[in-house]
This record gives sequence, C-alpha cells and structure tokens, in this order.
Amino acid sequence: MASSATLPDPVSASLSARGASARRCDTTGLGVCLTAQQFIKLNAVAAVVFLLFGGIAAILLALTRWQAVHLLRVDWFYRILTFHGLNMLIFWILFFEVAILYFACTVPLNSRLFSRKVAWLSFGMMLAGAVMTNVVILQGKADVLMTSYLPLLAHPLFYLGIILVAVGTLVGVFNFFATLYIARRDGTYEGSVPLVTFGATAAAIIAVVTLLHGAIVMIPTFTFSMGWTAQPDPMWYRMIWWGLGHQSQQVNVCAMVSVWYLIGQLATGARPVNETVCRGAFVLYILFINLASAHHLLVDPGVGASWKIWNTSYAMYLAVLASMIHGFTVPASVEMAMRAKGHGRGLFGWVGALPWRNPAFSAVALSVAIFGFVGGITGVTLGTQQINIIAHNTLRITGHFHATVVGGTTLAFMGLAYYVIPLMFRRDFIWRRAARIQPWLFGGGILLVSFGMSFAGSLGVARRVYDIERAGIYGPAAHLFLGVMGVGAIIAVVGLLLFVALCVGTLLFGARTSGRPMADWGVAEAVQGAPGEALYSDHWAMKGTIVLTGVFLACFAIYYFANWKALADVWHVR
Amino acid sequence: MSLSLPAHDWYKPPEGAEKLWIGLALLWCFVLSLMMPYWHFRGKQNSRGEAYAVTPAAFQQRTEAFVAANKVGERDGMPVVEPAPGGDAYLTARMWAWYPILKLRQGETYRVHLSSLDLQHGFSLQPLNMNFQVLPGYDHVLTLTPTSKGVFTIVCNEFCGIGHEAMIGKIIVE
Repeated sequence: MASSATLPDPVSASLSARGASARRCDTTGLGVCLTAQQFIKLNAVAAVVFLLFGGIAAILLALTRWQAVHLLRVDWFYRILTFHGLNMLIFWILFFEVAILYFACTVPLNSRLFSRKVAWLSFGMMLAGAVMTNVVILQGKADVLMTSYLPLLAHPLFYLGIILVAVGTLVGVFNFFATLYIARRDGTYEGSVPLVTFGATAAAIIAVVTLLHGAIVMIPTFTFSMGWTAQPDPMWYRMIWWGLGHQSQQVNVCAMVSVWYLIGQLATGARPVNETVCRGAFVLYILFINLASAHHLLVDPGVGASWKIWNTSYAMYLAVLASMIHGFTVPASVEMAMRAKGHGRGLFGWVGALPWRNPAFSAVALSVAIFGFVGGITGVTLGTQQINIIAHNTLRITGHFHATVVGGTTLAFMGLAYYVIPLMFRRDFIWRRAARIQPWLFGGGILLVSFGMSFAGSLGVARRVYDIERAGIYGPAAHLFLGVMGVGAIIAVVGLLLFVALCVGTLLFGARTSGRPMADWGVAEAVQGAPGEALYSDHWAMKGTIVLTGVFLACFAIYYFANWKALADVWHVR
Repeated sequence: MSLSLPAHDWYKPPEGAEKLWIGLALLWCFVLSLMMPYWHFRGKQNSRGEAYAVTPAAFQQRTEAFVAANKVGERDGMPVVEPAPGGDAYLTARMWAWYPILKLRQGETYRVHLSSLDLQHGFSLQPLNMNFQVLPGYDHVLTLTPTSKGVFTIVCNEFCGIGHEAMIGKIIVE
C-alpha cells in the first residue's frame, strides 16, 4: 500500500493528524507512523554496521588469545579489544535499543512519533559520537579498554565521543517518553499499554539512570584529559563508571525480555498467562537493579564488607527474582499457546510442534536458554560477594557476560530483525534456508565461547591479557579451553557475518512486499479438536515449563554451592 | 497478547504453578542473600576492603623500609623478604612488576599491604585463583593465612599498558 495520510478506520487521531503520515501494515493491520519507521530503519542499520565492526574485532581477538594462533601484535590486541567492547556493548546495543523504543511507543499504541527533529538530533549525536570514538581508538590514541580505568588516560575525543553517544541516547529516550505522553493525551489507545511497551518503558527508565551515571563519570574525566581539572579518584571512577557499565546491561535485559514476549506472540500466538506477574517483574527490575555496580567492586579496597553484602543482595536478588519470573512466564506462555492449539501430548509434546523453522523463534528460544542456564546462573554466582574472590577479572567473567549480552541480548535482537526487515523495510528475506540455521550457528558458537572462557577462567586465566605464556604456569587444560573459545568464536562470527549478509542482501535484493503480507517464516498452527481458550482456566497446564524450571533451579543450586566449596579450599583471607 | 492492548481487568493475583514458582524463586533468593552474611561470620575467605589512604611515594618508602628490615635472600635480582608471623608485609605493584618476593610460613597470618605506584593493577594469585584489586592511593590490607606450601605466582589481571602480561610476581610458602 502506498504511504498515505488517509487511513481506513480505525486509525487513531494521532496517526491521521495533519503532518503525521502513516501507513497500514499489510501483515499485521497495525498503523505505522512513517517518521517512526524511518528512524527505526536508520537506527537498526547503524546498529548492524557496528555489530559488523565488533564481530570483525571479535575474531581477531579470539584468534590472538587462542595461544596456538596468537594473531595480533600486542599494541593492536589492546586497541582492538577497546574497539570490540565499545562497538558491541555500547554502539550496536544502544542503536538497536533506540529502534526498539521507537517501535514500542508508536506501533502498538497506534501513535505517531513525538518529533522528527528530536529523532534526528538523537541519531546525529549518537552517530557522530560513535564515529569519533572509533576513529580515536583506531588511531591508537585510546588504548585504555572499554572501561578506561583512571589513571589510564585516553585522548579527550575518546571521552567526548562516549558523552555524545550517551547524551544522544538520552535525547532518543526523551522522544520515547514524549511519544508515550502524546499518545495518552490524544487517546490513541484505551486502558493500559501492551506488555511490550511496558517492558520498553522499564528499559527506558533504567536507561535514564544509567546514562546519567555515564555523564557524571565521563564529564570530569573529559575535563581532566583536557587538563582543566584534577584527576578524579580511581575508586570513585570505578564505582560511578559501573553505574553506567553494569546498569546499561539491565537496559538490555529489559529490552531483551520484551523481545521474548513479542516474538513469542508473533510465532506461536503466546500471551502472558498473567499480565500482573509479567508487569510486576519489570517493576522489580526498575526498583532493584540500580545498585548493581557493586558486583564489580567486590574485591576492591575502600568499600567494606557490609557495603558489599548489602549492595549485592539488596539490589540483586529481587532483580534476580524478576528474571526467574520471566524465565517461567515466557516458556509458560508459549507452552499454553501450543497446548491450546492442540499440541498437548505428554510433558514435552508441544516442544516438537514449535515453529523451529522460524529463525526469529529459534533465536529467541536459544536466547532464553543461554541467558537463563548459562548467563544467569554464572552471573548470580560470580556476583556473590565472597565467591567473587575466585572469579574477579578472570575469563570466568567474560564467559558469563558473553552468555548474557551475546547469547541472550544480541541473539534476541537478531531474531527480532527477522521481523523488522520484512515489516519496516518491507522486503522479504533472501536465502531463507540460510536464515533458518543462522541463529543455531551464532548461538552454538557463543555457547562454546562461553564454556571455553569460563573453564579457562576457572584455571586462573585472566581476562584482557595478551599472552599467558609469560606467566609460565598454565598447563594444557587452559590451552585446550582457549582453543575451544577460539573454535566457538569462529563459528559465532560465521553466524554473525551470515546475519549481516542476510540483512544487507535483503535490503538490496529482497522482494518488495508492498501490498501483500510478508512471507511467512512459519507459525504454530492449531490442530483439529484443540482445547483453545478452555485451557487457560487450568493454572497447572504448563507441565513442561514446571519441569524445565525445576531442572533450572537444581542446576543453579548445584553450580552455586560447588563454587562455595571451591572458595572454601583457598587460603584464608579477610 | 504482549503486542496488543491487555484486557481491562488484567490485574489478577498469580495462581497455580505461577504462584508456586514465584514462591520457590523468592525462597531461593533468600538463600542467596543469607549465604553472604553467614560466610562473613563463619567462612574463612572474605574481602572486607580494609584500606587506608596513602600516596604512592609514601607506600614505596614503606615497602623499601620493609625490604631493608626483612630481606632474607635474592631470586633473579628481586629481593626475597620474610615478614614476621603476625606482622605486616608490603607488596608494591607498578608497571610491570610486583615488588618484592614474599616468603611466608604455612598456617601463619600476615597483614599484606597492596598498593600501586601508577595505574590500577590486579593481584591474581595462581594456581589458587585468588583475586583482589590494587589501586593507586589506596593501601589495601589483606589479612592472609597461607594454608598450602609451594611457590605461587602473582599474575596482573587488570590491564596496565603494553607490558601488562609480563607483570609476574612470586610468593613462596614454606
């Protein structure tokens, strides 16, 4: 359908208002604000470009730490490591999140985006900042790693670039909140916002707190690098920097969980078993995640045991509760939908009937499993105050967050792209068979990376170090696990490059879908004699999920207490 | 549906399996929370973060005085220093060395002072895999009791510039 300001009913006042051009989606029937669509596209494209940069860096790093290959020179290793961290953890994720925010505040609410100018300002600042930072890093003027711990000092433009990205993101978040406001004011929807919008709002609230921490720590560091002010205290820097560094990962968690619910609906027709529970869990994130920077200071001087214990458990465990709730409600909603469609044989009969051919679905299913079983369990355990003694700054830490941020968030975002491109760019994917295996390549590779790192870290191998031979203490087991990490990285990067090739190829050569629904990836179909709605009155019907979460809790407890046992074996220290 | 507007009466308390899971998860979170204070009082491995402000110059001076008073030998040009059981020991981190080599006795307790003369460093004792942060300006005190004998290696596990991987130290326990 051609873009048009006149839409058939029921189109909201906001979307049909003068100057707010919109179209009706040929697949979902939802109204799409064209300004929002434009900036969803821009931010998503920028995100994928930075993902590609980060992925190229990733393979160089893995092939260097794989001691048998040892590819890069020492100065380039730390340069590329700085580059990898910022492009993956900050640029790729933030650009994609702004795209998700613009989607979540417009399409589900039937609203237009608040302001095109503000969206341009946000995008321009973020892009300028990201390019500036990358150029400074590649010029070799900022070999300080992503954390840039003082007194290490980079070129002032490095900090200025990060400040621009942070402030630009804040401007985009403002556009999101302003859109929520005008949608409510103009009555574009009735009642409560949909769960996806609710989750995105939680992400946006945490993002504001996060980015303010970024401003508080980066501005005095920038003025110090210009020689205008004294050097900030290194411990103060660590505490505030992690208010940015760790909380930004909670923004990712919120956005990722929203994507889980979204794809669950699109691929299987899942709906929350209980809206109150799902929303309550998002509120727990907002309230209890904000002190998580403590997890990075658990073996630091200057903060005492009670501070560490209080901030670890108070901030963390009600947020952990939130993740454990989502870990139940997401598979439970999918299982209920499958059983309602008649796939109810035994405990796991519904699993085989899931739409595994749909790459968005398989990406999200892998994302839930990797985030929960690997990322979540290791994160809580390593972030336990005393257990951190046998984990801090080893490869165990990177093994953990490659399972959360990469196997969890990045994979879920990739899954979302399999809908974003047909629905927003209105082109059907090319190479559909390759797309179906892409999540498995990427997810499988990242699992190997995470295992290799975690086990090498358990053997004492440090993160962020160019060479482990100089220490002369690491045996064949450590080298084997670094090799596992290297092989995993090759597989994951092949999956990543395939993803980028699919996206770019589709944008250039994909068949246009205007006037017809997108080509179906495969959704769960109902069979004859399905129980349908009647099933939802049974609050114990999700039997498979009950068993799966029971297994999860058992794995959690075993890993957790095994780590206390390992801690009990080292020297006494207080 | 998560993408569409919820029913107006969406506010409902959890029921059935969902309620059970929330209860179990909350219980587990309590266990997680209680383990840390429990270990603080009953466990032998804790990081209290005991620290005092110190300038790099002052810390270097204290380390030199400690080395001069307690030196018992030399190994590859690095002094080997044995503090009195129960006494203070000083370990200086700088780009890219740990100074000096400490010689400790199994079962004795020492107050090991850690600080940096330049950047941030990471004290990573191998093969035990015990890790602590070392910052300039902070005298980080570990009250340490070796429970095993041998030659242990200190690896730096906080990035400190181009020679980071060569920053290797030793602790000898007899």
